[in-house]
Amino acid sequence: MTLDFTPILPFMIVAGAALALLVLDLFWPVRLKWLTPLLAAASLLAALVVELGQANYLRAGLSNMVIIDNFSVFANAIFICSGIAAIALAYDYIQRTGINHGEYYVLMLFSISGMLLMSTAADLIIVFLALELLSVPLYVLTGFARPRLDSEEAALKYFLLGAFSSGVLLYGIALLYGATSYTSLHGILSAVSRGTADMPLVVVGAAFLLVGVAFKGGVVPFHMWAPDVYQGAPTSVTGFMSVGAKAAGFVALLRIFVVAFPPVAVELTSVMNFLASLTMLIGNIAAIGQRNIKRMLAYSGIAQAGYMLMAFVPFGNKAIINDSVASMIFYLAVYAIASFGAWAVVVAVEQAEGRGLDIDDYAGLGRRYPLLGVAMLIFMLSFIGLPPTLGFWGKFYLFRSVIEGNYIVLALVGMLASLISAYYYLRVVVMMFLHDGANITVRRNWLLSGLVGVSALAVLLLGLMPGPLFQMAADALLRL
Amino acid sequence: MAVPVAYYLALSAVLFVMGALGVLVRRNAIVVFMSLELMFNAANLAFVAFARYYLQLDGQIIVFFVMTVAAAEVAVGLALMVAIFRARHSIDVDQMSILKG
Amino acid sequence: MVNEFLPIGVLIILAVALAIVVPTLGYLFGPRRYVPAKSRPYESGMTPFGPGTRRVSVRYYMIAVLFILFDVEVVFFLPWAVVFKELGVPALIEMGLFALVVVVGLVYAWKKGALEWE
Repeated sequence: MTLDFTPILPFMIVAGAALALLVLDLFWPVRLKWLTPLLAAASLLAALVVELGQANYLRAGLSNMVIIDNFSVFANAIFICSGIAAIALAYDYIQRTGINHGEYYVLMLFSISGMLLMSTAADLIIVFLALELLSVPLYVLTGFARPRLDSEEAALKYFLLGAFSSGVLLYGIALLYGATSYTSLHGILSAVSRGTADMPLVVVGAAFLLVGVAFKGGVVPFHMWAPDVYQGAPTSVTGFMSVGAKAAGFVALLRIFVVAFPPVAVELTSVMNFLASLTMLIGNIAAIGQRNIKRMLAYSGIAQAGYMLMAFVPFGNKAIINDSVASMIFYLAVYAIASFGAWAVVVAVEQAEGRGLDIDDYAGLGRRYPLLGVAMLIFMLSFIGLPPTLGFWGKFYLFRSVIEGNYIVLALVGMLASLISAYYYLRVVVMMFLHDGANITVRRNWLLSGLVGVSALAVLLLGLMPGPLFQMAADALLRL
Repeated sequence: MAVPVAYYLALSAVLFVMGALGVLVRRNAIVVFMSLELMFNAANLAFVAFARYYLQLDGQIIVFFVMTVAAAEVAVGLALMVAIFRARHSIDVDQMSILKG
Repeated sequence: MVNEFLPIGVLIILAVALAIVVPTLGYLFGPRRYVPAKSRPYESGMTPFGPGTRRVSVRYYMIAVLFILFDVEVVFFLPWAVVFKELGVPALIEMGLFALVVVVGLVYAWKKGALEWE
């Protein structure tokens, strides 16, 4: 038994920084409080450097409990960048809403460390632990605006449903362990292909896993908590949650299903197909009726989860799975960039005591703040998937891999859902440019403006030349 | 060691279903919470039963981790409930209707 | 199958029989004297006062939560301690890391005043 922490070094850096900051934040005086977010961001940068240094460095570690491959490196880079963006999103917001406690950043770092562990998990125990490590801090963060009742209520709802989904997931793991005598992904695969596994139990266990993660990812019909939680949580937390937590769930699901469950693809592909179609349609249709921008973006996030789920449908097809994985993780990056931009706009427009969150409040903002309006336009176009934005390429590669897998109907449903989504995404932009409205003063803060600007530029410029980013995603192979 | 593993599995399935129904049906947040614990412990029972069946230690080790995770969830959940109870003197989940749309 | 469960069956029968026979004997042969003290909830304890469903101070919750958290950690220490000699130094370092995490939590709770009663 030797000690080798290199495969989880980024995780160790982030978790260690979280622990150190937890204590340091208590001891340094109030005038040094700004150091906490700064050091949190610094630790994330350090983790990013280490993570990128692990590119093309395939190995398993910790008694084969974790595995690093280019897939985990790409996913972790997304998580770490989301973390940095989330700090920029939160810095001003939590000061002006009076919840500026150092624990905010500490909890966020813990949550990110859970995500980093999640993408490397080669064993279902690690999946479970990582899921809890990323969820439990999020429950607390959701209730961070205490004693605001909507925040507390959202936290309790999120907690109860999150714990419920963990329970389902855990039972699925127990069944898989019972069916195969392994909890490691490779063990499960080998037991199944040797024929020593109890196949009905494997299918049921895999279905439980799917339901558990679908709950976390907000997949219809397990999505009912998402709009309430997104609305009640502090907006900066919502932005982080809608990208990080969702992405982590899908990354884990992808690795589990692609590595361990191709033998049960026959049984589960149609289920995935159904869930993906339902999620895209319901998410987009429900978003139309929303008046609150946070709820609208929540339903939009549900719909986006549906698009990502499309990439899972051909998970048993060895010939095209690499394309599917690449398109899904590329879409994840695209979604993350545009989401943070859109949430930064929402945070900038939000006024004291939760005002300024209705879509009607955006009336006229585009004329008085042209740059903000144009940025929002870019993000919305990217969500719809229109050129010349990055979102177009995200959808393009995703649909291409779905069609390659010969799921034409699914692709058509996806196109239809995208058409529906154009209505409510564009309504925000129309409201900003073509209507007159009350004079809401947009918060000016260099971090927020920077986040909006960088995301908008990234969506636009990478949309003009998506090649390099897609090449990176295509190199982000899962080690089977 | 004469009790077949299927018996344990049946018991754990019953416990799991009771827990899941409890979460979906009950209104008091504390009772919902206890139902959640029932679900976790149903999984624990299955793990231990299978570990015994396969004569492995893995399943028992997992139970340790699940117990600690469950304790962490208890801590967060209880703290949330105390906070909510202070504000509105009720933890009835049906009355939580500020967030609707 | 039957033979293996026989001891358990005997145990159950004995337990039920004992639970029925002993109180019945007491009921049949025991003297009965009624004194006021006997009808109290705690015959030989404190006299109850106040309503039964008093509010419990919220501070108990804090202590209870902390107790659960730190109590459960023992579950990892004990198996490690049992096989400490076989696992050697690497496990000692890992356990040190684990203990460090727990201690950080304790320091946080302490400094935040969660351990103060007043």
